[in-house]
Amino acid sequence: MIINHPILGPRDAQEFTYLGDANLIDRPDWRAENAIKAFHDYLHLRDNPAGEHRELWFHEQGDRSWLVVTRDTLTHEITSVELARDVARERGRGK
Amino acid sequence: MSDLKPVTPLGGETARVDTIGGLTILENPDWALASLSARQDHDAEAAESAKDFLGFDLPEVGAMAVGDVFSAFWIGPRSWMVAASHDDHELLVAEMKIALKCAASVVEQTDGWCRFDVAGAAAFDLIERSCAASVRAMLAGQVVHTTIHHTGCFLIRDDGGWSVLGPRSSAGSLHHALVTAAHSVA
Repeated sequence: MIINHPILGPRDAQEFTYLGDANLIDRPDWRAENAIKAFHDYLHLRDNPAGEHRELWFHEQGDRSWLVVTRDTLTHEITSVELARDVARERGRGK
Repeated sequence: MSDLKPVTPLGGETARVDTIGGLTILENPDWALASLSARQDHDAEAAESAKDFLGFDLPEVGAMAVGDVFSAFWIGPRSWMVAASHDDHELLVAEMKIALKCAASVVEQTDGWCRFDVAGAAAFDLIERSCAASVRAMLAGQVVHTTIHHTGCFLIRDDGGWSVLGPRSSAGSLHHALVTAAHSVA
């Protein structure tokens, strides 16, 4: 599998490690009233789609950047690769 | 007081040189290294201060820039490795922290890495067998992070050949891998 790194171009998937669902970026606010439930869901509940899936990959044997990869779990086709930093900032994280 | 003696990454008092056929693998411990990472929202300030200090612009993605005193290569988003002669700039980090102030984080890397310089007619063949990088497509002044012998290494192409920077604690394994590959291509 080849991951088209947004900075470095096509790189072999062997250079990367997989973390999981990109929703891990959306860490709940620990000060919220429903924080316990929100953290329970954040930690334990995952969608397991047969199809398009957004997931976090780490370019460990490369430039050490975190990526959000959109991959079809049925075909392994990768349709989009973004820097996780950009995705997180778009969602208001990283302040 | 203890009588301390510096040793090279391979444990010798002098740098190891291996000559195999027309290939030379030189252990090169004479570099002071420091990483430079621009702090959030201080990219422009870091770039400007770094340019004043280094004497050249911080290099683009996958590139190395070489000046009279310092050299620097890109290691990741908004991060670079800066190198200088260890004899002249043993306190490279302290110098850089003064120059960059709060615009960047500077971290000592000198003893974290070992460096092997590979030269000779078959150097391309040796490096090509050692890693998955697109070695033949690389031009002088380009740098890539790749895996050699299961070890994450920086691979630098310069005019004279190749330099491999690997973790110092794996210097022996990396040296073994390079020497073994050299025997099969020399």
